[in-house]
Amino acid sequence: MTNAAASGRELVARVEDIRKTYYMGALSVQVLHGLSIDFYKGDFISIMGPSGCGKSTFMNILGCLDQPTSGKYYLGDQDTSRMADNELSSIRGARLGFIFQSYNLIQQLTVVENIELPLFYQGHPEADSRRIAIELATRVGLETRLDHKPFELSGGQQQRVAIARALSNDPLIILADEPTGNLDSKSGAEILDLFDELNQQGKTLIMVTHSDELAERSERQIRLRDGLVESDERSR
Amino acid sequence: MNEAVDRSHDMEGSTRLTGVLKAGALLQASVSWTRLRKTAAVGLKSIYSHGLRSLLTVLGIVIGVAAVIAMLAVSEGRSFEAQQQFRALGSNNIIVKSIKPVEVENASAGFRQPSVVYGLTYDDIETISMTIPGINNVIPSRIVKKNVRYLGNSISTDVVGTTVDYPISRNYSLRQGRFFTREEMEQQKNVVVLSDEVANALFPLTDPVGDSIRIDGNYYNVIGIMEAEGFSNLGRSQAGSSNAAPTRIFIPLPAARYRFGETLVRQTSGGMESETVELHEAIIQVDNQDNVEDVGRIIEQILERRHRRMDYAVEVPLALIRQAEETALRDRLQAAAIAGISLLVGGIGIMNIMLASVTERTREIGIRRALGAKKKDIILQFLIEAVILSGVGGLIGVVLGISIPLLLSLFWGMTTIVTVGAPLLAFSISAMIGVVFGIYPSMRAADMDPVEALRHE
Repeated sequence: MTNAAASGRELVARVEDIRKTYYMGALSVQVLHGLSIDFYKGDFISIMGPSGCGKSTFMNILGCLDQPTSGKYYLGDQDTSRMADNELSSIRGARLGFIFQSYNLIQQLTVVENIELPLFYQGHPEADSRRIAIELATRVGLETRLDHKPFELSGGQQQRVAIARALSNDPLIILADEPTGNLDSKSGAEILDLFDELNQQGKTLIMVTHSDELAERSERQIRLRDGLVESDERSR
Repeated sequence: MNEAVDRSHDMEGSTRLTGVLKAGALLQASVSWTRLRKTAAVGLKSIYSHGLRSLLTVLGIVIGVAAVIAMLAVSEGRSFEAQQQFRALGSNNIIVKSIKPVEVENASAGFRQPSVVYGLTYDDIETISMTIPGINNVIPSRIVKKNVRYLGNSISTDVVGTTVDYPISRNYSLRQGRFFTREEMEQQKNVVVLSDEVANALFPLTDPVGDSIRIDGNYYNVIGIMEAEGFSNLGRSQAGSSNAAPTRIFIPLPAARYRFGETLVRQTSGGMESETVELHEAIIQVDNQDNVEDVGRIIEQILERRHRRMDYAVEVPLALIRQAEETALRDRLQAAAIAGISLLVGGIGIMNIMLASVTERTREIGIRRALGAKKKDIILQFLIEAVILSGVGGLIGVVLGISIPLLLSLFWGMTTIVTVGAPLLAFSISAMIGVVFGIYPSMRAADMDPVEALRHE
């Protein structure tokens, strides 16, 4: 994939005519009806749409957690749509960062251990992983909580650990699924400020959200309806 | 910051594992030591966080391992003792004994014969030693129960009338003094050798050698004392055997014959009863151990021809040693069976708890998968946990299994032998149980769909 596109910016991911059908016995449900979207490096994109529009399925495919029934998904220069489970695991660990609505930290591990987990699965040197994890914890303002367990932290703090974890492997794309859904407005605002900051540093962010208010903070809003792109607008 | 985080994005492209992961893939995959250590640390944490549950889970393994080690130790001890005992009888020896025939023993009071004649005769011994080649020596003895006195002390003991080679044939040695000589035997001298116990009972303070003891109306000169170790106290059950009682004294056979006669008269409720036995026992020494069992069979044939009743018994210690070995082997198989069953049960317990743990931690599995864990990483994690569980169980079992025999010997004086192999084997089997019974739950964990797992509450 070469540098292309309208804005003249580098393409970081591209989906081509992605379709997804779920089979349940004799029953089949098509969720995605052919999505084609280009994602550019350094963009802050929000994906919106009513429930049942295929947002989650699309996010799972973008996150290499699921595969499209047909169509292609290029992440960086690799077509992931026909990759085996093992390769998908590697690509998740190396090129993607996940931020979930319910933080999804591992309860038995400390803040630092949670942050360095993606590096652990890539076999990154231990000492270096530790150094990176501490740097990132400091960056999200948790330098005093390094050895705390997730349950000792507030929701906002836990989500910041999750953000640090998503950054630890220096991913191509950070995928955030309703990142402020479980937070009060103040903590939510702090998280969004952090997103802006990351975006300004050139990180590519894709965020699924219900809230128009949140979506307005992003540079590009993609609306899905019934498994198709309804609108794709750029606000900034 | 970003610059500092400089890493390669190398993809591992070649290994394609589809469908269910084979266990072998685990071995193929290069697993670094650090990763193993860190995964083990996670496993330990998870086990520790469910302390009681983990302990109950491994109880099956603990009991299985402890039981097998303890059982083997007891069986090993018993076998060792039995072999010692039979070896004490001499592996080159054949022992022929007189036995009161069953029909005499069982006769009802009304028909009880007033006098009984049975057992080995001098003729039997003569025939055996003359006809069978390869017999080195025959040591006959007569055993009579008598009260033995010295001053105010008295003890009831077996008086063994025998020949000069008796101590050699039994590997007995003398603590003090000497055994009687051929000359003393031929001259029917009143000399006596005491067992250690009799010596202590009759002469608690003084040195018996040189002094005299009294049996019936006659005095016997004490010339020697046997060493205590010569008498295995295990033979107690074998009544009638000269190996039976540690309280024994030895006099020359001709003297015994001359002083006590061959007929024993006893006062019973029904009147008088007499028993005539020429010899109670004979030790037959064979020159070559390979021939012992053959000679034993020939002796049986000779005695069968010469006796109308079964008033004798032929004992071949070598055969008894073999029997003891067979018993030990059977014990070992039994222990293995019991261990196998309890380890199986223990393994199922581990599988059960691992399946529960996998279900409980579905979300964690989803998170780890999202963050780049491969199927083999998940398998490794749960497998290590299962092995730690069973290994810790095995370790506790080994400690228990070694302490139980120790306590048994300490408090009950049981002979127990813990061999090096038993705990080693039991422990490695218990660790293997973890692998075997951990594989299925681990594969279940690895085969979870990451999306489903992440959605799990």
